[in-house]
Amino acid sequence: MELFLNIVLGGLLIGGIYSLVSMGLTLQYGVARVLNIAHGEFLMFGSFITFWLQQHRVDPLVTVLIVGLLLFIAGFIFYRTIFTSIRLRSPNPGVFESNSLLAAFGLYFIVQNIAVLIWGTTPRSYSYLAGSVSIGGALFNENRLVATAFAVAVGTAFYLFLARTRTGKAIRAAAQDATTAGLMGVNINYTLALCFGFGAAMAGIAGSLISICYPIFTTMGLQQTVIAIVVVTLGGLGSIPGSFIGGFILGVIGSAVTYWDAGLAVASYYIIFILLLLLRPKGIMGK
Amino acid sequence: MDFSKLNWKKVFLTAGIPVIVLVILGLLPVYGSAYNLTLFTYFLLYIILSVSWTIFSGTTGYISLATAAFYGVGIYAAALYGEKYPLIVVVLIGGLSSFVLAFLVGAITLRLKGIYFAMFTFGLVLLMKEVIYYWEITIEGTRGRFVVLESNETIYFYLLGIFVITMIVAYLMKKSKYGLALQSIGENEEAAAHIGINVTMVKILTYAVSAIFMGATGVIMATKLTYVDPGVAFNPLMSFSPVLMAIFGGFGSIYGPVIGAVIFTYIQEKLTTGVWNKYYMLIFGAILVATILYLPSGLVGLIQRIWRRVSGGQRAHT
Amino acid sequence: MHILEGEGVTKYFGGLAAVSDVNFYVDQGEVLGLIGPNGAGKTTLFNLISASLVPKPGIIKYKGKNITGLSPYKICRMGIGRTFQTVKIFASLPVIENVRIGALFGSGKRVSSAEATRYAGEFLEFVGLTKVGSLPAKDLTLANQKRLEVARALATQPELLLLDELMAGLNQTEITQAMELVKKIREKGITIVMIEHVMKAIMNVCDRIIVLNYGKKIAEGTPQEITSSKTVIEVYLGE
Repeated sequence: MELFLNIVLGGLLIGGIYSLVSMGLTLQYGVARVLNIAHGEFLMFGSFITFWLQQHRVDPLVTVLIVGLLLFIAGFIFYRTIFTSIRLRSPNPGVFESNSLLAAFGLYFIVQNIAVLIWGTTPRSYSYLAGSVSIGGALFNENRLVATAFAVAVGTAFYLFLARTRTGKAIRAAAQDATTAGLMGVNINYTLALCFGFGAAMAGIAGSLISICYPIFTTMGLQQTVIAIVVVTLGGLGSIPGSFIGGFILGVIGSAVTYWDAGLAVASYYIIFILLLLLRPKGIMGK
Repeated sequence: MDFSKLNWKKVFLTAGIPVIVLVILGLLPVYGSAYNLTLFTYFLLYIILSVSWTIFSGTTGYISLATAAFYGVGIYAAALYGEKYPLIVVVLIGGLSSFVLAFLVGAITLRLKGIYFAMFTFGLVLLMKEVIYYWEITIEGTRGRFVVLESNETIYFYLLGIFVITMIVAYLMKKSKYGLALQSIGENEEAAAHIGINVTMVKILTYAVSAIFMGATGVIMATKLTYVDPGVAFNPLMSFSPVLMAIFGGFGSIYGPVIGAVIFTYIQEKLTTGVWNKYYMLIFGAILVATILYLPSGLVGLIQRIWRRVSGGQRAHT
Repeated sequence: MHILEGEGVTKYFGGLAAVSDVNFYVDQGEVLGLIGPNGAGKTTLFNLISASLVPKPGIIKYKGKNITGLSPYKICRMGIGRTFQTVKIFASLPVIENVRIGALFGSGKRVSSAEATRYAGEFLEFVGLTKVGSLPAKDLTLANQKRLEVARALATQPELLLLDELMAGLNQTEITQAMELVKKIREKGITIVMIEHVMKAIMNVCDRIIVLNYGKKIAEGTPQEITSSKTVIEVYLGE
């Protein structure tokens, strides 16, 4: 029983963070139509900013909000400058998708290099809320519980934002059909940039939360992006609720596989990826 | 063949110049310095990778980010079989293995929208690294392995050979009926499918063939490394560089990636040996973004546009 | 035996039936019109025939053979050609190359490069585009681009040609020219199914008409029968 709880609950805990990361990626792809493969780098950057702030005695949970804001601004600016420019020069959505993918690829190297310049390549970690909590006999670190709670809170808050506010409606409209939304009075450039910013903020927040529980290193971004990609495909490309659910599912699967052998985690994600592509590419909730 | 009908100017341009270049390149080890030999080895390496990448991604528009995966497969083929078989056999093994891997990747993803292909190939490098790492640790108990050394001249000539074959294949593909099929897929895939082109098969085969050269090159370059482990062999930067070079050079023609490769290999050489060593990923990333924004058809595209404006009139793109 | 027939052809997108239980047939040599309000499912039906989509459920048969689920390229090589509502030409390639590609790949027979060039020239002449043969396809007017698509489809040696809104966006002169083109194609012995909104063209050229609304077939008959059908009038003009 203890083992079962360890695996499942442990999986749900990390899954909560995967959900947040993936929701950010889905937001960027589903609405702004940019497959941001530098997403993991934003996550990594967020985790390092938290690490750095925490070294200066700022409470990590406070830094989460700071990181969210900083990365939101960064994402917003990136979109307004780089991706809007690409969008205006692209004759059709297909070209825009390719070009923005490539630009994101460039960003991947830029952001990673900056991080390495500042913080080097050795892993960093710090201790926060390291006490253990017992749930049904299985032991979990406090920090993991807090981190996941935070992640789920952010995700839910964002979902409510999408469903209840005017800006949220604008985003959902733009997700369906950007051109028509524009004709209906939605400021498309602003809305898409907003989405990209929110996506980046989610990545950064997830990174902060990860730093609370695990060691971080400047090359961690790639794996996080790959995980997010699998979750997004599992949930359905462009579906935010899908990413939310998918994150938890993949978290549990990853937890089970890691228990058996940690080295196989990425391989297991890819097996799921392959199965999805062969059997049901549109994922759980894709259209 | 009726010699009087040949357009000698055209023959000279399409066949003559490459032959001259080839002769010069072939004589380099004899007359050039050791430094130049190394430099040109790297030129050839990146030209092969960039041109191979362009053969598929430049024509169909499906962006492959997995070059490093196929290259890494080649490196590991050298590591595994370099001691048992002669180099030429290992090159074939590496090329063939990459072909198979690319074929599988293509079969899984190329039936779907391009975004799935991009996502899948992006993660493939990480997957290969993890899988091989796991294999080494769990099944063999060691990490990393040693590779048989070859002389610099051998490496250079093998690369030269692969380079020639790659360029010939790229040229033939472009000029043949097959190349037309590829182009039409890139222009409008749905239309191409509806006029009788088996788009899925064409895509998968082309992708797989392009991977052969990447794998073969990996085999050769591994012999320079002496020691390889999964991190060394499967490095995302090797997926990035060919993309940058092809896009900067311009993937509309086969010479675009060549020009891009030469320019950036040279810059990379200069950067990695100087004080800028720590910055070059950053610089290259920035150049890629700038190229996409301001030079989308690459250097070759820019030159073509200038040429068209200078020579006047309308010319269809053939 | 009908050259093309569909039984119970249905296609759902999410919960919405774009095409719902449509039975139809086309006879060799006839010109069948397919009309209906926007969103009625006409292009979806074409997509189902040309295999861009697969009917679920439903069966489509060509010359008596079940072609449901085959790939688009096979359908083309078997003898079904089509044009698209949003023109899908190969924009950067020269006009003649567009047609040549159709000749090279679409007929299901081995065609040499020289033969393809010859066919391309013939089909360009057939649609009246010889003068612009070497221009990049994207430089053509919309009317000419549509003609190019027709030439390209013809180069695949079809026995059945699906024309999707050939006349959309054309002015009066261009419409008349397009109608002439359709008649010329019919004279070649090619069966035609055409989606159209331009009523003049439909009434003038078609032997028979099928009317779709909300994915269902609501009427079928000769032009006279259709124009006098109360159901059809209601659908087009409202209550």
